[in-house]
Amino acid sequence: MPVTSPSTDADLECVQLVKRFGDFTAVDDVSFTIAEGSFFSILGPSGCGKTTLLRMIAGFQRPDGGDIRIKGKSIVALPPNRRPVNMVFQHLALFPMMTVEQNIAYGLKRRKASRAEIARKVAAVLERVGLPELAGKRIDQLSGGQKQRIAIARCLVLEPALLLLDEPLGALDLKLRERLKVELKELQAQVGTTFAYITHDQSEALVMSDQVAVMDRGRFVQVGTPQQLYFEPRTAFVAGFVGDSNRWSGRVEDTNGTEAIVITTNGLTMIATRAGEPALSKGDAVDIFVRPEAIVLGRDADGAGGCENRLPGRVESLLFDGANSRVMVRHPATGGDIMVALPQTGELMGLRRGEDVYLGWRARQATCFAAAP
Amino acid sequence: MSTPPQIRLGLLLLFAPIVFWLALLVILPHVDMLLISLRVRVAPREYATSLANYAEFFTEPLYWNTFARTAIMSVTATVMTLLIAFPVSYYIAKMVRGRSKTFLFLLCLTPFWVSELVRTFGWMILLRETGIVSSLLLWSGLTDARVELLYNDAAIMVGLVYTSMLFMVVPLVTTLDSLDDSLVEAGYDLGGNSFTVMRHIVIPHAMPGIASGSIVVFMLTLGNYLTPKLLGGKDSLWFTDQIYTQFITRFNWELGSAFGFLLLVLSSAIVWIGLKLSGQTLSATVR
Amino acid sequence: MQRGTQNGMVALIAVAVLVAGMGTTRAETLRLLTWGGYAPDEVVEMFEAETGIDVEVTKSNNEDMISKLRATGGSGFDLAQPSQDRVASAQVDHDIYKPMDLSKIDEDQIVTSMLQSTNDKTEVDGKVYSVPHVWGTSGLIVNTKLASGIKDYTDLCGPNLEDKVSYRLKRPTLIGFAFAMGMDPFAAYENPATYEAILAKVEEALIACKKNVKAYWTGGDALIALLRSGEAVAAMGWDAGGWKLNSENPDIVYIAPTSGALGWIDTFTLPRKTENEEAAYKWINFVMRPEVAAKITAAAGNFTASKGSEKFVEEKLQKQFAQSFNPVTLGEIKWYPPVPPGLEVMEGKVLDRIQAAKTN
Repeated sequence: MPVTSPSTDADLECVQLVKRFGDFTAVDDVSFTIAEGSFFSILGPSGCGKTTLLRMIAGFQRPDGGDIRIKGKSIVALPPNRRPVNMVFQHLALFPMMTVEQNIAYGLKRRKASRAEIARKVAAVLERVGLPELAGKRIDQLSGGQKQRIAIARCLVLEPALLLLDEPLGALDLKLRERLKVELKELQAQVGTTFAYITHDQSEALVMSDQVAVMDRGRFVQVGTPQQLYFEPRTAFVAGFVGDSNRWSGRVEDTNGTEAIVITTNGLTMIATRAGEPALSKGDAVDIFVRPEAIVLGRDADGAGGCENRLPGRVESLLFDGANSRVMVRHPATGGDIMVALPQTGELMGLRRGEDVYLGWRARQATCFAAAP
Repeated sequence: MSTPPQIRLGLLLLFAPIVFWLALLVILPHVDMLLISLRVRVAPREYATSLANYAEFFTEPLYWNTFARTAIMSVTATVMTLLIAFPVSYYIAKMVRGRSKTFLFLLCLTPFWVSELVRTFGWMILLRETGIVSSLLLWSGLTDARVELLYNDAAIMVGLVYTSMLFMVVPLVTTLDSLDDSLVEAGYDLGGNSFTVMRHIVIPHAMPGIASGSIVVFMLTLGNYLTPKLLGGKDSLWFTDQIYTQFITRFNWELGSAFGFLLLVLSSAIVWIGLKLSGQTLSATVR
Repeated sequence: MQRGTQNGMVALIAVAVLVAGMGTTRAETLRLLTWGGYAPDEVVEMFEAETGIDVEVTKSNNEDMISKLRATGGSGFDLAQPSQDRVASAQVDHDIYKPMDLSKIDEDQIVTSMLQSTNDKTEVDGKVYSVPHVWGTSGLIVNTKLASGIKDYTDLCGPNLEDKVSYRLKRPTLIGFAFAMGMDPFAAYENPATYEAILAKVEEALIACKKNVKAYWTGGDALIALLRSGEAVAAMGWDAGGWKLNSENPDIVYIAPTSGALGWIDTFTLPRKTENEEAAYKWINFVMRPEVAAKITAAAGNFTASKGSEKFVEEKLQKQFAQSFNPVTLGEIKWYPPVPPGLEVMEGKVLDRIQAAKTN
C-alpha cells in the first residue's frame, strides 16, 4: 500500500503504524487515510489487530513505530484526554454514577465550558439523537438502543474531529442491531462527523460504511467501498470474509492467463476467472469463490443456458428467509453441497426437498485466487 | 404459596445456630448490661434503679473528653487508613494482574498471621528510645541523640493505621476490581485528567467500599484496647480503657456498662452522621 | 466492635460455660486462681505425684480474680489467692468467698505473726476468710549509675529526671506518695473527708511530677524493659522485679523508701462455690512446707509466710534482700490494711484526672 502524503481534506492519517506485544505483532505496518466526513470501517476477525489500532488512535496504546495525524498534525505524543478524538466503547462505558445529562456534560465540564453553554449543548445533542426526554434518567433506566445513542451523544457534544466506535453493536440482540445499523448511518450522515468503526460483522461494515478496510493478522488486506470488496475481492481472505460464498479448493488444469480450468479436490471441473495477483499457471493450487446469488437455478437443463459451468443437483434443504431465502443443493456425483440464492420469482415457488434441479454460473462470477501457502 | 413443612423445618435447623449464637452471645449480654447500667450501689449488695451512671458520663468532663478524644482520633485514623489504603488498593485492583496481584494481596494479610499483641510489641521494639528506628537515626547521623518515638499519639496512630489496613484494603480492592477499565478510559477519552477521573469516576464507584471499609476501621479503632494502651503516652486516654478500668480495676460494673452502652450508641450515631454526610446508605455499603 | 464491653460480657459467659463443663467432668481436680510464679510446674508435679490430684492453674491478678469470681458468684475455682487487703471489701460487696476452716490448716508451718495478722484483716462478721501465703513489698528500683539521691517516692519528681522515671497509675502509687509527703493515708481509711484531702494533695504532686514520667508502666515486663534499657533510671516497683534486674545489672537496686516500703500479703482464700475444698487445704499445707515454699520463692522472687523456709532459699536472693532491707527498714514496712468500700471510687477519679492532665 502506498504511503499517503499529508493532505488537508483527510481527517485521519495513519502512517506505517506498528504495535508489538512481545514477539507478537498486533499491528504490522498499517497506513491509511480517512476522508473528512466519511464513515470508515475496519473489518476483521477477532484478534486481527483492529482494536489495538483503534486504541492507538484514541491514545490508550503507544505505537512502536509510525505516525498518527489528525488534520495534518501528529497526535502520537498527546495523551488521550488531549486528542481531538472520542471513542464509543464496546460496552459503551456510560458512567453509572451519573445521570444521562451528567454523562453528556462530563466532557464539556472538563473543557471548563460555562454552565449556560453546557446546558444548551446537552439539550441540543439530546435533541439531535432524538432523546430529549431522557436528560434526568439514570443509566440503568435506559434501554440498549437508548444507551447506544447516549454514548454517541456524549462524544458528539464535544464535536470531535473523529469518532471512534469499537463494535458498539456487538452486545445487542440481532433485531436491535439491524435497526441501529440504519440509525447509526443516518446519524453520521446528519452530523457529518468522521466515523471510524471497527467490527467483525461484515454486514455492519457493508451497510454503514463509505470505505471499508479488511484487516487480517495485523495488516490491511484490502481497502475499498463495500461494493468493491463484495464484487472485486483482491484476495481469497476478502472473498471468504466479506459476504457468503461457495468455496472450492482445486488445481489449475489449464489457463489462458485470465480464465482457468480448475479441477476441484472433490472432482468437479470448473471454469473460473483469475482475480488478484499473481498470474496463474498450470498446476497451481487455487481457491474458487462463487456467490450464492450468482448461481442460476432451473428445473431443467435449459435454465442454466449461457453459463460456462453447469451441474445437476438435488434439493437437499430449503432455507426460507423471505428475500434472503436459500436452497442447499447436493451434487449427486460428489456429494458436495452448494448454496444457491432462491429467486423470488414465481416459477420456483413450489420447489421441494428431493427435487432434481440444474445449476449454472458464469466463468467471470467464479473468482479464483492462488491458495494461501 | 405455602412452604412444605420439611423445608420449613430445614430452614429452622439451618438458622438455629445463628439465632442461638445471636441470642446467647449478643442479645442476652447486652440486655444484662443494660440492666446493670441502670442501677447504682447504695450499700453492700444493695442496688437501686437510677440513671445516675449515664448522668455521670455527661456531667464529668473527664469521661466526655475521653470519649471525644477517642472518637476524634478514631476518625483521624480512619481517614489516614483510607488515604494510605486507597492507592494501595487501586494498585492491587487495577495496575497488577495475575500472580503478583494475589501476592500483593497476601502481603497485606501477613501482619494478621501474628496476634495483635505481638504486632503491637513489634511496634514498641521499633519505636522505643533504645529501639531500632532511634538507633538507625543515631547511627546515620540524622539525629545526635536518641529520640523517643513511643508513648505519644503519633505512635498510637501508627499502630492503629497499621492494624486497620487490611480491613480497608479488602472492601476497596473488591469494589475497585468491579470498576470496568473502559469507564476509566472513557473518563480520559472525554477530556478528563487523572484528578477528574479519580474524583468523578473512580471514587464515586468505590464509594460503597470506602464507606464499608471506613465503618469497619472506625469501629475497630474505637473499640481497640491494646494498641492505645501499649503505645500511648502518659497523657493518652482511650475510652475502651476507661470501660476496662471501670469493669476490672474499679469493680464498677454499673458505670462500665453505662459506658459500654454509650459507646455503642454514640459510635452508631457517628457512623450514621458519616453515612448521611457522604450520601451513602447502610444497605448500599453491605451490598 | 465494642471490644471493652465484649471482653466483659463474652468472657464472663465463656468462663461460666467452661467452668460448668469442667466441674462435672473431673472430680479430683484443684482449680487454682493465682499469680504467675505461685504454682511453678515443679511444685505442681510434686503435688500431683503425692496426692493424685490434678492442679489446673489460672494466672491472674487482684482485680481480675475479683472480677472473675464476681461474674460467677464465686464458682469456677477451688482456691484463690487475693491480697489480704482486698478480701474483706470484696466479700462484703459481692459475697464471693467462703470462710476458712482453720482447723484444716497446719498452723505450725506458718509464721505466727503473719497468720494472726491475716486472720484479723480478713475477718468479716466474725468469720476468717484467709491465711497468708506470699508476701512482698513495693518500693523504689533505681539505676544507681544513672540516677543519684533517690531515697523516697517524692524524689522521683526531682530535677534532672525529666522523662526518666516510671510508676504505675494505680492505688499503691497514691498511697506511697501520701506517706512520702508526710501523711498517713491508712489512718484516714475510715474517714473519707480526710482521705479525700490527702488524695487532693497527692493528685497535685503527681500532676506536677508528670513531666518526669517516661511512661506509666502497666505490667511487670514493661517496667523491666524500661529499666533494663536505661530508658527509665528510677521507678516505683515490686521488690521481686528489682532483684531480678539486680541479678542482671548490679547497678540497678531495689531500695526501701525512707517513708517505708509498702507491704502486701497474698493469701489463700476459698471461693464461695469451691467444689474441692479438701484438695484446697491439701494444697495449702503442701506448699507451706519449708522446702516447697522455697521453690515458690525461687520462682516468684518473693518470700513466703512458711516458717523456716529461708534456709532453703538460694543465697543470692537472701543477699539481695539484706541489701534492700535492714532491721529498721523492715520494721517500717507499711502493711496494707483492708480497703473500706467506696475508697476505690474516689481513688479512681483521682487517677483518671492525673492521666487526663496535660504534661506541663
